[in-house]
Formats: sequence, C-alpha cells, structure tokens
Amino acid sequence: MASTTKLVDKTSSWQPTDGLLLEVDDLQVEFRTRDGVAKAINGVSFELREGETLSILGESGSGKSVSAQAIMGILDSPPGFITGGQVRYCGTDILTLPEEQRRRIRGPEISMVFQDALSALNPVFPVGWQIAEMFRKHRGTNRTDAMAQAVRLMERVQIPGAKQRVRAYPHQFSGGMRQRIMIAMAIALDPAVLIADEPTTALDVTVQAQIMSLLKELQTERRMGLILITHDLGVVADVADRIAVMYAGRIVEQADVFDLYAQPGHPYTEGLLESIPRLDQKGQRLAAIGGLPPNLMHIPSGCPFHPRCRYAEDVCRADPPPPLREVGVHRLAACHVSERLLAKEGTPAQAGPAPATGAGDGGGGDAGAHHGDHGDERGGDGDMDGDMGGDGDVEGGSGR
Amino acid sequence: MVSYTIRRILQMIPVLLGATFILFAAVFALGDPSAGRCGQRPCPPGYIAKFRAEYHLDQPLLVQYGYYLGKLFRGDLGTSFYGNPVAHELAIRYPTTIKLTVIAILCEVIIGVAAGVLAGIRKGRFLDNLVLISTLLVISIPVFVIGNLAQLVFGVKLEWFPPTAGQGSLYELLLPGFVLGALSVAYISRLTRNSVVENLRTDYVRTARAKGLSNARVISVHTLRNSLIPVVTFIGTDIGSLMGGAIVTERIFNVNGIGNFIFRSINQKDGQSVVGAVLILVVVYLVMNLIVDLLYGVLDPRISND
Repeated sequence: MASTTKLVDKTSSWQPTDGLLLEVDDLQVEFRTRDGVAKAINGVSFELREGETLSILGESGSGKSVSAQAIMGILDSPPGFITGGQVRYCGTDILTLPEEQRRRIRGPEISMVFQDALSALNPVFPVGWQIAEMFRKHRGTNRTDAMAQAVRLMERVQIPGAKQRVRAYPHQFSGGMRQRIMIAMAIALDPAVLIADEPTTALDVTVQAQIMSLLKELQTERRMGLILITHDLGVVADVADRIAVMYAGRIVEQADVFDLYAQPGHPYTEGLLESIPRLDQKGQRLAAIGGLPPNLMHIPSGCPFHPRCRYAEDVCRADPPPPLREVGVHRLAACHVSERLLAKEGTPAQAGPAPATGAGDGGGGDAGAHHGDHGDERGGDGDMDGDMGGDGDVEGGSGR
Repeated sequence: MVSYTIRRILQMIPVLLGATFILFAAVFALGDPSAGRCGQRPCPPGYIAKFRAEYHLDQPLLVQYGYYLGKLFRGDLGTSFYGNPVAHELAIRYPTTIKLTVIAILCEVIIGVAAGVLAGIRKGRFLDNLVLISTLLVISIPVFVIGNLAQLVFGVKLEWFPPTAGQGSLYELLLPGFVLGALSVAYISRLTRNSVVENLRTDYVRTARAKGLSNARVISVHTLRNSLIPVVTFIGTDIGSLMGGAIVTERIFNVNGIGNFIFRSINQKDGQSVVGAVLILVVVYLVMNLIVDLLYGVLDPRISND
C-alpha cells in the first residue's frame, strides 16, 4: 500500500538526482543563551544517498542531535539559530523554504526516530491514534482507514497482537515495543530519509540488536537513506556504510565503516576505538581519552581536539582549524597528522608490527604500548574485514 | 472505577458527620440566639421559652445535635428561625448561586485559559509579561476592593452593568460573576501559562513537530491536552468552593444567594440554617473533588483509579 503511494508522492515533487537525497553543506548552528553563545555546529557537511546508511558518531555535546534537528527543522529557536550553510534535499535548499512547505517535508520525505520513546510518544493518546495521525494529517485519510493502516504498520514492525493493542497507551508497552511504535510512526509515510537519533540508547542490549536489525530491514525494503546518530561504536558496526565522526560541532573524520574501524585517520577516532572494552584485556586499565570535550562557548583555537590529542603539534594549536580534506580513497579527515596516523600502522592488509611507531607516538608509555598491540592484532585480522558487516561482532572491527 | 467511586462515596459519610458536628458546636458556642430577637427591648419571657423549646435550645449540645441528626436522616434539614424549612431557603437561593458560579467559571475558562496559553506560547515576550504583571495585580488586591471598585466604576459611574443584583437575573449577575472569578482567572492563567511552557519543552511536542503537524495542531492537540490536566483539577475544586456561595461578593452586590444566606444565618446564630447550608456546601465540594479525581483518570491514562 505505502509503496504505491510513495511513487505518486515522489513524482509529484521530490526526486533525487543520481540517488543523491541529502546534501548538508557547511551547516552552522549556534545557541544564544544568557551565558553566551554556544557554537554547537561549526560547518558540517555530508551527503546521503538512497539506500545508504550514514552513521554520525560522537560524544554528547558533539552536535550530532543538533545537526539532526537542524535538518528536520525542529530546532528550538530561540535559543537555537542556523547561522549558515545549506541543507539540500533532492537539490533544493530546504532551509530557505517557508515553514508551511518545510512542514510538508517532515514525515513524508524526511522523518525521525527519537531516543527515548517513552517521553517522545505523547502519553495521553493511544499509540494507534498517534501513528494514524500521520495519514490523517498528511494524506487526509479518514479515521477508520488511518487506524487500519496503523495496525498494518504495527504488524510490520512486529508488535505482537497489533490489532488488540492499537488502542493501548505508550506506558502500557515495553521499551523495545515503544521504540518499534516510534519507528512505525516515522516510516508511516514512506520517507526517503530516516534520521534515527540514538534509537537504541535507552534499551537493553538484546533489544538493541532487534531494533537495529529492524531498522536495517526496513531501510533495505524501502531504499531509505538512513542517518544513524549514536555514541555507541558497537551499534554502528553492522549497520552503517559510512561513518562521520563529530567533535565539537565539526566532522573530524568521514570514512567507509571498514576503513574507519581498520585504521582511524583522526586521533579522536583512534581514541574512541581504543576505548571499547575488550575481553582479552581483562585486568588492564580502560583506555579512555584523557580530558573532557570542550565547552562550546569557548572552543579551543586551531583543532578543537588538540588539548586532548597525543599527537598535537604547534600547527594544531593555531587557527584556522584543519579543514576536512581527502586523506585517502573515499575518506576525509580534519587533522594535520592524518597521513602519519594512516601510515603508522600500515593498512590492514599488511601485517605490520609497529613497536617503533608505537613508542614514538608521544602519548606516553602505556597508551603507546597498547597502541602497538592494537596494530599487531589488526594486522592479523585484516582479511576478515570483508565479513565484518555480516558477522555482527562489534569488537571484531577494532581488532580482537 | 465503580468500586473506587463507591469507596469514595462511603468515605464521605464520616467527613459529613464530622463537619456537621463541628459546625453545630461552633454555632452553639456563639451563644444564646434569643438575645436581641426583639430589637432593643428584651423579649417577653413566654416568647423566649417557646422559642427555646421549639428549637431545643434548652438542651445540652449533644442532645441538640442528636435531634438534628435524627431529622437529617429523615431528609429534613431543619427549620430556620423564620419558620421556613432550611431546605426551602436553600432551594430558592441556589439557582442564583449556580448562575453566579457558571458566570465566574466561564470567565475563568475563557479569559484565564486563553491568556495562559497565549502567554505560554509567547514566553518572555510582551504578552507574557503583560499577563504576569496583570495577574499579579489581581492576586494582590483583596476581593472586596476589586468588588467595590468594579461596582463603583462599571455599575455606578459608567452604568454598563446594574450596580446590584437583587433579582438575580443573569444580566445582573455578570459583574458580580466576573468579580468572583477574577482571582481564579489570575490563578488559572498563571497555571496554564506555566503548564504550557513546560509541555512545549517535552519530547512528545518535539515529536509532534517532527511529524510535520501544523503549529496549530501541535499546540492545540499535543501541547494543550497535557497542559490542561492541572487546570481542569483547579477548575473542579474551584467550582466546589464557588458553589458554596461567595459571601463577600454577594454582600457587595446584594446578591440573594447562598453566601448571603449563610452570612445572615451566622449573624442570627441560626444554627440549623448555618449547618444545613454548609452541609450542602460540603457535599458539593466532596462530589466535585470526586469528579475531578475521576476525570483525572480519564484525561491522563497513566493514572488509574483502582
């Protein structure tokens, strides 16, 4: 049912050229608060194609959710303001569209799944009603038909007893079921782009996997472009095609998922990968990135990561910050020392024991030695990387 | 839900018994009601004796209360000092009080909720500040000042409304009704404003925007439905207290309602009338509270009345 409608919808207004759905170009967002101006997004650019999954990875406060809200057009304003850049959907800059046209994009074209479904669903309306509202308000479907479609969607996202539970309220469902309802609502009008903002963060680990595979399944089925926002490296490994790592409102590295896991091109990414706990390192200290993310009101000069970076040199502290540039095939990084980082341990294909570089990386004994280890194992692991997406083992990506 | 309702109604019985006894004792403590019955001159002893015997005033408190309860169980609210049944005295005055309440509540709902919603969605702007300041003003001025001022300005000087409401017609009651509701209008607009501000920040309102719903729908359906839950509670209990009559407002505008009746009965130490009137008032209050609690369960599905 929905797919036929989709064809009608798409031919009428929005058609991607060459499969290119979304282009975010130098997006800038700031929050003007009483205490000062927080620069939440400082020139973010990326693209999303049909059927592609882009994962935006970063700590809290790195600007990943704000980017999503800016794209959706649901940024709280004030205090949030988009101060520059473009968000082109099917070639049209939607930031310049009048609100009424913008509104018609939300739902049928670009849709969003939120983190905590219990608070993101309205507590006083039945779940079926909330799903049906999409059909009623966007397509003018009558109540009965919209409700029937809601039931079908709930069945599609595998909610047992959908017909009986369509009139139940959000608090009467478990966390996983609620997130399924959230997803059903987001895909109701068959959007071309789905933004999932930490869709599994509030869920149990077992349920996380189910939700991720449901998202992946729906994406494949509908050829949606999926933007998956997360801080959890484990979640993205199986699902994402490309990863954009954000830090202090900038994309610091963008690469295909295998490349990124195999060989980070930015010290921050490297730190993230190292901080995944590993079973075979029991008893050792967890490798955490030292220091804290910067205060967005006082972002350090030059590369915003330099105070925490073990490779930092003088050039890193000086403005302008390193631009996001091509550092390899199909990969971008915003770092002065990317090449050194990429060359350091060799490509995954080469089994490169790297004690020398490990000692020379300036980060001090422990971290350096650990780093060497890492390279070793990854080298041995290299030929497996092709299977990684399928086998579902997250730690496999960072070397086991 | 049914068993909850029955339980709540049964709980009213001890409350009512306690309330009647406290009231009865309070009026008893006021002293001899026969004093001053005959103006400046003392009453003839025969009249006083007959008067006391008729209302059992010569008996101890508990016996008087016993007589009263006995009548009450037979559905008799007693007899006022004018010789009319208290039930009759209340029946002729309640329509006026109800009209007054309806006008006051309508003011509260229409002005209070509208001002609150507008202030809430324009938080921090001019309208919000206007509502905050004007409600603060209303809250800080005593009702007898507002009442007398309104009577003087709109009733006497401008002659827009009748200055008094002796007949109790709807038109006459507009001004007193507005004065009566003024304080609650202020409270409700502040309550609504804060509730709307709070709800606009919630995740589900953000979801509603992400669903591509129009701004009007996001506010009127997704925000208001949740914002009005505390407001409905407030209005419910307010109806309960307004139905008890507004002594000050009814005195100012000479409204012949329950408030005025209670005032006069207290002055005359007319125990049966006071207790009868207040008893009804307590019942209305309890019933309104029950309705509010039941409504709460309907408005917010997360609350169950079991």
